[in-house]
Amino acid sequence: MSDNLPPKSPDSTPHAGANSGTGISRRSFLRGAGLTAAGTALLDGVQGIQHEAFASSPDNIKEYGAAGAEIALHINGREHTLRIEPRTTLADALRVGLGMTGTKIGCDRGACSSCTVWLDKMPVNSCMTLAIDAIGHKITTIEGLSNDSEVHPVQAAFVKHDAMQCGFCTPGMVMSCAALLEHNPNPSEADVRMAVSGNYCRCGTYPKVFAATLDAATRHA
Amino acid sequence: MATRIPHAIPDALLGSADDAASAPTKTVRMPVGVPGFTLHEEERTVPASEPPVLPVNKDLHYIGKSVERWDGHAKVTGRARYTADVQLPGMLYARFVSATLPHAKILSIDTSEAESHPGVKGVHVIEKLLGSAVLRDPSLEQSRYPLVRYVGQPVAAVAATTPQAAVDAAAKVKVRYETLPFVVDQDLARQPNAPLVFPGAADQAGTAGGGGSASGIAQTGNIHGPAVHKRGDAQQGLKEADVVIDARYTTQVQTHSALETHGAVADWKPDLLTVWSSTQGTASVREELAAYFQLPISKVRVITEFMGGGFGAKFGAGNPGVVAAALSRKTGAPVRLMLDRQEEHLSVGNRPSSDQRLRIGAKSDGSITAIQLISYGTAGCGTGAGCAGPATNLYKSGSLHTEENDVFINAGPAAAFRAPGHPQGAFALEQSIDELAERLKLDPLDLRDRIDENPVRRVQRQVIRESAIWKSRNPKPNADTGPIKRGIGLSQSVWYRMLAMNSAAEVRVHKDGSLEVLSAVQDIGSGIKTAFAQILAEQFGVAPAQVEVKIGDTNYPVGPNSGGSVTTLSITPAVRDAAWQASQKFLASIAPSLGVGAGELTLTGGMVRSASGKFQPMAFRAAAARMNTDQVSAQARRIPDYDPKKYDTYGGIDVAEVAVDTETGRIHVKHVYSVHDCGRPINPAQVISQINGGVIQGISYTLFEHRLLDPNYGIMVNSNLDKYKTVGALEIPKIEVVLTECYLGQSSTDASGIGEAAGIISTGAAIANAFYNATGVRIRQLPMTPAVVLAALNQPLPQSEAL
Repeated sequence: MSDNLPPKSPDSTPHAGANSGTGISRRSFLRGAGLTAAGTALLDGVQGIQHEAFASSPDNIKEYGAAGAEIALHINGREHTLRIEPRTTLADALRVGLGMTGTKIGCDRGACSSCTVWLDKMPVNSCMTLAIDAIGHKITTIEGLSNDSEVHPVQAAFVKHDAMQCGFCTPGMVMSCAALLEHNPNPSEADVRMAVSGNYCRCGTYPKVFAATLDAATRHA
Repeated sequence: MATRIPHAIPDALLGSADDAASAPTKTVRMPVGVPGFTLHEEERTVPASEPPVLPVNKDLHYIGKSVERWDGHAKVTGRARYTADVQLPGMLYARFVSATLPHAKILSIDTSEAESHPGVKGVHVIEKLLGSAVLRDPSLEQSRYPLVRYVGQPVAAVAATTPQAAVDAAAKVKVRYETLPFVVDQDLARQPNAPLVFPGAADQAGTAGGGGSASGIAQTGNIHGPAVHKRGDAQQGLKEADVVIDARYTTQVQTHSALETHGAVADWKPDLLTVWSSTQGTASVREELAAYFQLPISKVRVITEFMGGGFGAKFGAGNPGVVAAALSRKTGAPVRLMLDRQEEHLSVGNRPSSDQRLRIGAKSDGSITAIQLISYGTAGCGTGAGCAGPATNLYKSGSLHTEENDVFINAGPAAAFRAPGHPQGAFALEQSIDELAERLKLDPLDLRDRIDENPVRRVQRQVIRESAIWKSRNPKPNADTGPIKRGIGLSQSVWYRMLAMNSAAEVRVHKDGSLEVLSAVQDIGSGIKTAFAQILAEQFGVAPAQVEVKIGDTNYPVGPNSGGSVTTLSITPAVRDAAWQASQKFLASIAPSLGVGAGELTLTGGMVRSASGKFQPMAFRAAAARMNTDQVSAQARRIPDYDPKKYDTYGGIDVAEVAVDTETGRIHVKHVYSVHDCGRPINPAQVISQINGGVIQGISYTLFEHRLLDPNYGIMVNSNLDKYKTVGALEIPKIEVVLTECYLGQSSTDASGIGEAAGIISTGAAIANAFYNATGVRIRQLPMTPAVVLAALNQPLPQSEAL
């Protein structure tokens, strides 16, 4: 095994960064090697959704002290500023910081997807995303999916098919299904199942979620 | 409603007929039976004030139709506000400090460092614990603080200005323990020398959702029981039998895992305590808070606008509710205390395990001579593991003997969980009945026809006989020769008609033609708001969406606690009665301006008509403008069932088709055909949603869910949703639901309930029987994981190990 390992280079220390001796940062190495793109492609294969949002990060990294900082988030077409601690998740920033409680927290560990929002139209678990990592991205929450006069076709179809019971998982389900249709306007039932495979619904509304999303796709097309 | 297993319905549940006895009555003819099969008319004598008899669903406009969920728009847009979403000015965020040991005496609790943490406004130390069993003789334990009996037991709580500050400060509360020996394994806990969870006998009362166990019965060591129920001589019955099916079944502990955790927002003001609670019973929360803080009930207001699932575990204020209120009193600010997912798994309920030995004796014609069930199960440091309901109530038997035992272990207390005891009991009973059918060379449906006289179940069996799925079943087990084996099996379920008399509603008619209905009842996801809107729509001829439904607030007339499938059958007649009475008052208030007597007017299909034809029919809204007052209203409460002597059970039959991968041990449920009795379905789409949910929870229970406790440390090792495996979107089978619309002639809406009977009781046994049909091997153990399946396929499980 050890024969296959590359020789240790002088800069392979834990602190080797952008300014380390070789002039090659870990990030630029990854980018040069195309690993980020490969990783993205792998994820695309799983979810059928583009991941450009995460393929690049700003190089001018800003540091946030423990005391917190004022940040600006671009949510549902508007700029919101709020003061947060660096450890604040996007879910808490939305719910506690901005009072946007349509996004739910069920497990706080990325296992139930009731906190699903979009970053640049890609569904993410906002409980597993730091608010500061959402800076510079276009965030869409359940509150921003529809406007006052018209709901999103997925929302309309959920009501039509009674694809909800207690409703606590519903915002996350809707965000997952609507994201699917953004990227795949003509999904199969298998695609819908995969899109909500991370969404936990204890009431057991899944069959109607599948039906509603397929119906919404038909109307959307 | 504190019924664990209703062997018979106590009179108290049926309400008193006293006030009806003296009132004037009328005799009406009502539809009774199943349309298309047994529908007929029966006479009932009812109070004269009751509204006209509703015809069957097909003759109605709104009731019985799948109108859109009344609050569906609020739910899909994120506008629906749950307790977890309530934010009040100046509100503090609270966190529990939880015990880290399974069994310990708390020597001291030092809160000083936590109190000086930035942002902290108050710390509360728990001196009275709710939810666990309590000692009959409290003097057996001398301790300032409640004894710790499970990892995750709440010890104290911190309220701070931000959630993060509360988390940080909670970690700074220092608890000193004296450790005590513990036991988390049910089998070890039954040993004579096992560590004792309680130093003496302890009991736990049930909640409005059921659970709990008989108080005052024998306790030996950790074994609370047996609770014995006998009818006839079962030993003799077994001797007289031609065939005896004797088997042992075990089932695991399941956690409720509702998506919204338990919690409350409490706002303690000198003149009123207001509490938003994620609850199945606003009334139960109000009562517990009033009792706990010794307040008049009138000084407590409980609000539940929306709640994110309960499944039986959310009755009363519980520890989160009373601690939130105590912290609010202490800090002078509103306090939100929502559990995190780990606390939810550990401390607020679960479905008890079971270890059952079931003997069924039968004659060669199938008639059952004896059923004998001896069960042990653990509800942690609570009780409620009894599971004899199906054995007692599903089939007729010459004799019956059941013994139910609770085994205390150092784990969180159980709580009522959707059809308490029945999924466990049916898993055993319905497999043994299946086995009996095979031994007697009878079709499983034919055997049940001989031993189950319930006329609705008989209709359902006929529906199944004619179904494509059942016709496709190969009665010969293990017929497939490849590695994937297909099988089909079925199971029946049983639940009970229970009535909550604390069910009242008020209906208001306004001069602009708008309508309101108000009740303290909460909507736990089954859609009672929609049912209310449909009932008013039917009465006044307006669209359901135009009815204003205001519920989930104890400022309104009292509502039932939603447990045991009581809500729709209990509260909808009160709503219809109130709507009817309000409509009569409405007609009286417009009669003068029309120059007619009120008795001459009718309101049907949204039109006001005069019997004499004195004026053209007039739309309701236009007529409302003629009211001689701005508002008329009527309040009605539930009256007893029209025929309280009649005893009805609900139930259904689930047929499961599985594909067993004999190489990987995975069971794939492909198709569930679910035939269920729901009385008069008020909203079929919502009823189907509940049945889908029951089936899916049943699959999850049968194949995946399992609370795992580490015997060395007493901790739950899978206490979040990433580790507690449940069924997901990829494993959902095709589910076909057939509603058996069924009229009982019992109330002005003649609604029944569906929550418990739907799927959760029967899916496990249906899958197990399908597994047998596929493989010729029985699995008598839950969950049926690949490891269990592979072990079963290599060698049959030993039967009848002595219990």
